[in-house]
Amino acid sequence: MYSPHTAADRSEMLRAIGIASLDDLLAQVPSALRAAALDWPAALTEPELMAHARALAAKNKPLSCFAGAGAQDHYIPAAVKALVQRGEFLTAYTPYQAEASQGTLQAIYEFQSSVCALYGMDAANASLYDGATALAEAAAAAARITGRKKILLPESLHPEWRAVLQTYFGAKGEPKLELVPCPSGRMDLAEVEKRLDDTVAAVVVATPNFFGLLEDGAGIAEMAHAKGALLIAAADPVSLGVLEEPGAWGADIAVGEGQGLGGALNYGGPYLGLFSCKKAHMRHIPGRICGLTTDADGKRGFVLTLQAREQHIRRERAASNICSNEALCALAATIHLALLGPEGLKEVAELCVDKAHRLAEAACAVPGFRLRFEGPFFNEFTLECPVPADRVQKALLKEGILAGVPLGRFDKAMKNALLVCATEQRTDEELDRFVAALGRVAR
Amino acid sequence: MNRPEKLSIEKSMAGRRGIRFAKPSKPASAWLPEGALRKALPRLPEMGEFEVVRHYTRLSRLNFCLDTHLYPLGSCTMKYNPRANEEIAGLDGFAAAHPCAPDAAVQGTLEVLRRLEKLLCELTGLSAFTLQPAAGAHGEFTGILIASAYHRSRKDRKRTEILVSDSSHGTNPASAALGGFSVKTVASRPDGRLDLEALKAVLGPQTAMVMLTVPNTLGLFERQIREIAEAVHAAGALLYMDGANFNALMGLAKPADFGVDILHLNLHKSFSTPHGGGGPGSGPVGVVAALEKFLPVPRVAEKNGKFVLKTKIPGSIGRVRSFAGNTGVAIRAYAYLRGHDGQTLRSIAENAILNANYVRAKLKDLFPSAVDEPCMHECVLRTEPEKMGGLKTLDVAKRLLDYGFYAPTIYFPLIVHEAIMIEPTETETKETLDAFVDALRAIHAEALTDPERVHAAPHDLPVKRLDELGAARTPNVAW
Repeated sequence: MYSPHTAADRSEMLRAIGIASLDDLLAQVPSALRAAALDWPAALTEPELMAHARALAAKNKPLSCFAGAGAQDHYIPAAVKALVQRGEFLTAYTPYQAEASQGTLQAIYEFQSSVCALYGMDAANASLYDGATALAEAAAAAARITGRKKILLPESLHPEWRAVLQTYFGAKGEPKLELVPCPSGRMDLAEVEKRLDDTVAAVVVATPNFFGLLEDGAGIAEMAHAKGALLIAAADPVSLGVLEEPGAWGADIAVGEGQGLGGALNYGGPYLGLFSCKKAHMRHIPGRICGLTTDADGKRGFVLTLQAREQHIRRERAASNICSNEALCALAATIHLALLGPEGLKEVAELCVDKAHRLAEAACAVPGFRLRFEGPFFNEFTLECPVPADRVQKALLKEGILAGVPLGRFDKAMKNALLVCATEQRTDEELDRFVAALGRVAR
Repeated sequence: MNRPEKLSIEKSMAGRRGIRFAKPSKPASAWLPEGALRKALPRLPEMGEFEVVRHYTRLSRLNFCLDTHLYPLGSCTMKYNPRANEEIAGLDGFAAAHPCAPDAAVQGTLEVLRRLEKLLCELTGLSAFTLQPAAGAHGEFTGILIASAYHRSRKDRKRTEILVSDSSHGTNPASAALGGFSVKTVASRPDGRLDLEALKAVLGPQTAMVMLTVPNTLGLFERQIREIAEAVHAAGALLYMDGANFNALMGLAKPADFGVDILHLNLHKSFSTPHGGGGPGSGPVGVVAALEKFLPVPRVAEKNGKFVLKTKIPGSIGRVRSFAGNTGVAIRAYAYLRGHDGQTLRSIAENAILNANYVRAKLKDLFPSAVDEPCMHECVLRTEPEKMGGLKTLDVAKRLLDYGFYAPTIYFPLIVHEAIMIEPTETETKETLDAFVDALRAIHAEALTDPERVHAAPHDLPVKRLDELGAARTPNVAW
């Protein structure tokens, strides 16, 4: 349908090829392997298709969103949306021909630089699929760097991220994953120390962690380094507008979910895996990296670099199998950060902190509700409800509110726990409505 | 225009702002302990909105892209993607859906995902699909874990090896290694097809799976695919198909009929998501009925007209990514497929094949095919340096940029000396293909009259040939 050929074009082309009909070309596929006509619905015209899609999209309920858990509703500036839809970015591919792709390459360099600035690291790649797979790549890199075979994962890490690491390494059996229990919602240094020995490649610290709490990253990093292990940090990049950067508190590798930087919720994807590290580990980075160089006239330019790590060169000995990444999401993040600048990012992060803390205070003033865990948090908190959190969610859904994520789905012992998130997007009226609705559930 | 741009950080002016937000009632220091806070702000550019818009608009103009140039990258399927699908994926109802929302609140998205799975089943003849993998390589890895789980479920623990063709994409062996398998490479015959006898010689009780690309990376259909499947199955192994080249088979043939057990498709190649400078993609994996229970979670199911997301399925390999996958890409693919019927889908493959063979025929006297016979959706040609004053494929590729064409994939597949891999796709006009052919013919002539000019190409781009070795020797990857 999007083929432009006229009948005249087609016959001229067949003549140039030297065949009478297209069937001569299709004969490459033996007739026994040809498909019968597809069982397919009638084609929709563009207006019909738009109407069909709108009807489907309308089956999703618009909600006032207090859910986080690795996907947060942040404001996306109009300029981000406009610029990423430019065909020059949208319809280019991986910049294999650097001279004809300087726009994409420079944007990747600016992306890597922005990620390094946020995380306090020296090097970053051009993106990975999402935060969870970025952590899996970090674990694999740590095992390669140290030559050790064990990764300590905290229970305070996103359960889906833990599950992804289990899938990545479980079948192969290495690196071996060992869980550090976090009954208080945070990593207990004694529990980490107990498990730290000279077989541990890395300790993973998520901060803010899955429950929203800040971990003692510096303390754990010191402990890990004393045993020759690396420290892998997983941090929400938006939180780094106010929170100390992982590079400053001792992380060797830092990863994150970058969706909050110019990406929509999109029911889970496309998202943006962030990966950065200290200079010493640069040659173990998975995936594409853009580097600055010069052209034949000595003029500055950009190329994909350190490609000897990658699958198209190293095949089964590559650092990772990744090829396509999340380039357009990385571009959105780059533009987003350029628009916000350091002050804007701080403003967003401070709004997140302020709204979440005011919401937590107000929610805990409703009889029966309290914070499940003690300790400082960024913009998510775990609310212990007087009834199963599923019921709270259901009740608030009727009022157009997505109350948060009930944690019973991950851990039966947490069936009354609701993970609540507030971003800069939630207005004071929405906070009030949320709290009022909680009051009605409690009654 | 077309001049190199300063970096955003070099355009930064202290105090400029691109966007402002409301002020919080209290600063973060009122809520959080001092020790948790960052001591200095991150070094990000400070720019006004207009400066940002101009900066990235100017950067964009340094790019070749499909909207402005033929982009005949073999194996990448750089075809036109209808803009309607961009608008559809961006509809608020889809874009604002939170991945942890209860099923009742996201029926529209779940319905699209389920419908897409069914359409992909019909296209491929396979029984079930997962939409979770985020890209083709991620799909391969998922398929490898499925094979691993399958053999484990049969207590068959000796299958530690995966076989790939010497013409395979680099991701195949890399994914196999990531899954914990050793990799053995099987040679292709001079006609570019996998050598069935060589395959049989290495198939055995240690073989977990054989991975093949169909059509293969030479753009050739594996005519013996059924015999290959039989041999693979007789050895107790599984057959994986890398579906990166599915544009050649759309509506024409179903991989299930070949004897394929597991396959991935690249939604961003054949099914409408623009390539975005390298992603996002989506790599759904389809399987035969016997392997369905191993598919990753979550899975979409339909119950009494309602759609549910199932997260716990016994036998599943688990999660390969957080949440449901690159849903935005899946929505575009669904829209694309509903814009077609069976006949127009088939015409995609037919026209892709026609275009590749047209280019091949028009160039064969100067750039011979790696294998001299008709091809499917792409053709692999060779540069003959001895007939071009010693100039190589790289020189031809760089000179093509001066002529206003993005270069084809070069030096791949690895088994072809001086390879030029051209995939025109079905959406290009005959006029564009003619102009491309003329450019390659002109470069061939130029190689004999002015080889220096070709060797020093490109001349008319924002930068000249870039120093890749220098970049790797002393990496500078951030400001």
